[in-house]
Amino acid sequence: MKTLFYLVVGTFFGILMYKSEAASWFRIYEMFEFGSFHMYGIIGSALILGILGIQLIKRFDIKTLKGQDMHLKPKNKSFYRYAIGGTLFGLGWALAGACPGPMYVLAGAGYVSILIVIFGALLGTFIYGLLRNKLPH
Amino acid sequence: MNWIYDPWPWYVSGPLIALTMFILLFAGRQFGMSSNLRNLCAASGGGKAADFFKFDWKKERWNLLVMVGAALGGFIASQYLSNNTVEINPDVAQKLETYGIYSANEAYMPTEIFSLEALSDPANILILIIGGFLVGFGARYAGGCTSGHAISGLSNLQLPSLIAVIGFFAGGMVMIHLIYPLLFL
Repeated sequence: MKTLFYLVVGTFFGILMYKSEAASWFRIYEMFEFGSFHMYGIIGSALILGILGIQLIKRFDIKTLKGQDMHLKPKNKSFYRYAIGGTLFGLGWALAGACPGPMYVLAGAGYVSILIVIFGALLGTFIYGLLRNKLPH
Repeated sequence: MNWIYDPWPWYVSGPLIALTMFILLFAGRQFGMSSNLRNLCAASGGGKAADFFKFDWKKERWNLLVMVGAALGGFIASQYLSNNTVEINPDVAQKLETYGIYSANEAYMPTEIFSLEALSDPANILILIIGGFLVGFGARYAGGCTSGHAISGLSNLQLPSLIAVIGFFAGGMVMIHLIYPLLFL
């Protein structure tokens, strides 16, 4: 049952990424050229509803379906890891034209070349794991 | 029946992304797609090389299932729910032509980069690998990607996520406006 639930959530998300065109290289490029409101509208409207919903969850102490606290742990306070890591991510996002969620979606859509991007992303994750203790965080 | 193939506008897509995040929150999970890259490294034995991959990845099985679902969703949408073309701003499409990319408004992904024929160009393969590498390395360094920081983290008004998202955007701007002209012109 649980397996099916997460598969269905993922499938919904995959269709959403594809149909919203957030998985399209062209939309990412167009966003960084400020050529359309589309991507800003997607992220902005998700964010406004996200902020409102999470404020409601906090105000009324809404629990998960199992009655536990929501998974809203604050991230560790730091500057370097977010600034450096974030900038490197942005360079890659614009170069490959895809972020992690859409990568899986595009693989399913049959774009063989995205497997090379995913391979690169796995390699990057692995190398980060090796270098982690030597990097400023 | 054309409406089935039409793209979803931002005011439908954005709220549905928020819905996805809330569904996962109610299930006791946190929306984050790049964590699966770490899970895959751990599942394929990365724990032998670095402590970062020594954790019980089977507890993250739910997220791997979301990932498999996302791929399935991509298959369904591209096969049955889309004509697989993306219309973008004509000025932007024209600028792309100066970079040798002519498939805007005709394809979902630029055929000049993502078609099988394009794989015969080693420079193109390098672009795909380096792009992916930076995404994977940067996402783990920053502790999240677009879903974990720009949606989940910012929704929770977290300062670290704001720093990360400013970084995402700064990196993207540098790539598109400073490095693309060097790569493609």
